[in-house]
Amino acid sequence: MIKRSFLGLVKPKLQYNLVPDSLQELSVPSKVTLLLKEPQNGGGTTTLKVGDPVKTGQRISGSPESAEYVIASVTGTVSGMAPYVDGFGQKYTAITIEASAQDDWDDEFNKEPSLDTALKFFEYAPGNPSFKPFADPEKTVRNIVINGMDQDLLLTANQYVVQNEAADIKSGVEALKKMTAADRILITVPENLVQQATTTGAEVKTVSATYPNSLPHMIMKDLLGRVVLVGDSLEDAGVVFMSAEAVAALGAAFKTGQLRVTKVVTVVGKDGSATNVRVRLGTPLRDVLQACNISVNDRDRLILGGPMRGVATYSDELPVEPCTDGIVVQDEANSAQVTDYPCINCGECVRTCPVKIPVNMLVRFLEARLYEEAAAMYDLNCCIECGLCSYVCISRIPIFQYIKLAKYELSLIETAEAANE
Amino acid sequence: MSSEKKLIVPHALFPSKPGPKAVDMKDEKKLVVAHAPFWHDGSKISTKNYHIMLAALPAVLMGISQYGAPAVGVIALATACAMIWELIMNLAMRRQISIGDGSAAVTGLLLGMLMPATAPWWVVVLGTFLAIIVGKQIFGGIGFNPLNPPLLALAMLVMSFKGVFDFDEALLNYDLGFAMSYPLGQVKYFGTAAIDKFSLGDLFMGKQAGGIGSTFGLGLIVGGLYLILRGYIRWEISLSFLAGVFVTALLFNLSDPTKYASPVFHLLTGYTLIAAFFLVPEDSSSPVNFIPMLIFGALAGLMTVLIRNIGAYVDGIPFSILLMNLANPLLDKIRPKAIGKVVENA
Repeated sequence: MIKRSFLGLVKPKLQYNLVPDSLQELSVPSKVTLLLKEPQNGGGTTTLKVGDPVKTGQRISGSPESAEYVIASVTGTVSGMAPYVDGFGQKYTAITIEASAQDDWDDEFNKEPSLDTALKFFEYAPGNPSFKPFADPEKTVRNIVINGMDQDLLLTANQYVVQNEAADIKSGVEALKKMTAADRILITVPENLVQQATTTGAEVKTVSATYPNSLPHMIMKDLLGRVVLVGDSLEDAGVVFMSAEAVAALGAAFKTGQLRVTKVVTVVGKDGSATNVRVRLGTPLRDVLQACNISVNDRDRLILGGPMRGVATYSDELPVEPCTDGIVVQDEANSAQVTDYPCINCGECVRTCPVKIPVNMLVRFLEARLYEEAAAMYDLNCCIECGLCSYVCISRIPIFQYIKLAKYELSLIETAEAANE
Repeated sequence: MSSEKKLIVPHALFPSKPGPKAVDMKDEKKLVVAHAPFWHDGSKISTKNYHIMLAALPAVLMGISQYGAPAVGVIALATACAMIWELIMNLAMRRQISIGDGSAAVTGLLLGMLMPATAPWWVVVLGTFLAIIVGKQIFGGIGFNPLNPPLLALAMLVMSFKGVFDFDEALLNYDLGFAMSYPLGQVKYFGTAAIDKFSLGDLFMGKQAGGIGSTFGLGLIVGGLYLILRGYIRWEISLSFLAGVFVTALLFNLSDPTKYASPVFHLLTGYTLIAAFFLVPEDSSSPVNFIPMLIFGALAGLMTVLIRNIGAYVDGIPFSILLMNLANPLLDKIRPKAIGKVVENA
């Protein structure tokens, strides 16, 4: 944990980890769990049953009409199907597969790069690339930004991919050009990876090493010179972001004819030692931690993602998902605690906010649950969710949590209003 | 509905052993779930307040060395009483005990520093009552006070007990080897000819009559710079306040040098320096945005000299700053546009 500097007059400078950690390949786990998203309107569940055999690379879809699917990362038999709800209320079907030692590849995937192929096979690729905006007739997306930098502190998974798999990214970029209407493909990397990035054929932009400069909204503002307006998504602004690992997975799949079913994950232990591992998607966290010799005790925190934006989870049985860039284990003694002290109006959050939100006023409205007023008057929806306000708060108010809660509550209100119309 | 309930039982979702209800809790680690971020910069309200007290120490020690035991008495009583009032209020309102955060102690210490060493005990007790309860707790405690608590108490005391705060009268029996008349009183009633006996160097080193902890210019500046560098107070407010005092006093001085004292004299006398570094930048009653901070400080400085030179009071400090405290919410409306905000032009 990086503490306040002695000279508190200067703004805190949190630097990304710029040296990709070495990679350790993990063997195929004895079982994997894949989380298949349930479509929002309910609808059909998968036809798969317990006891069914699955092949590596097999596409398991919810139902014929549902667009949701997962890609089996091992060969084996289905041993369990259970409902699962994540921290944000999204429902899933958790499909557990007992793995056999030998990989038997499914041959449904063909090597024809088209948008349909991308929609059908790559939305579950490591990094969760989104191709839906390209298929949406209401959106015109002409730009793709390949983020070669990790989104959170400590993590180096994406940077590892840029450093070591630039050739795969190159074929991924070519495939993207064929599949989508994008005429500008950029790759954003830290200074030390520019050399590798130039070989990928994408337009190279360098990102400074200070958090939160690699968050998509900051890249939009700083490197593309476009500000995403409140209420717009990145796609509305004409840009789709993909992680370098997703593009590498794309390229590798078209080169070899096999979908990539592994994920590079940065594992950070309690002492801060970090290592990258390559694991099958769906590997239980416990297996990953065991392989890295990290023991987890009661009252520790097991964080999926990084220390600023990650999600602390409740069980080491949960699987590595395509969006899991990091696993951070934090000792109880080192974890940040929040208090219910009021805001003392010191203004640290206002000075540190990268999008100039009046956080001191915002938090007063959020504490009083005045979410609509907060959004209308104090720029709630401008927030890019970097977590710096909570990081510097002297009263240790969980500001970031209040903001996420407010956004969630507002989305519920909007859904209810839409349903009433 | 029952199936809905099953969904949110965490350990049932990923049973460690296959089977319908194989949740072996002994085997499961009980992890702590929390929201991001999982890092914090380690700052704390108590640390901040202890540093403010530390920074105030040089000025307090100078006051104690000058006035001796009575000064110790006033400072100690003020600090202790402030904490006791806060404790009483915590208990009465059945809220969390908050004296550990140092906020009440700072308020008490600062009020003590503003008082003359001869202040009677009941004025100290009453003053801390006004500061802690009227100034802070009835608004909801730390962070909610619209006015600076020590200054609110000081303003009420000055208006109620003029004699106690008339430093010429209060410090009559002291002979510390320098002119014991209150510099601001001298210049107000007798013009600049009366202040020739004060050398600026003496004023800077604390050789002047005044509050226990508010006369030692060097100590206050050192403490203030320490707080600014450590990031506990904002330089924008302190410096713009001093600039406001300086410029306004300079204009008065240029218009009539026989009537109005020089700007440096105004900076070194009265409560100017303790206000600049310990009172004006108080968090809750001051703005947080850059331009509002500058306006806030500069206008407080301007008001101070206006009251000193043409107002009814010898020192304008409590009133000028309290007035600007009231303008604080309005000033803080001047803020940069958030990035991405859509401004609808009606």
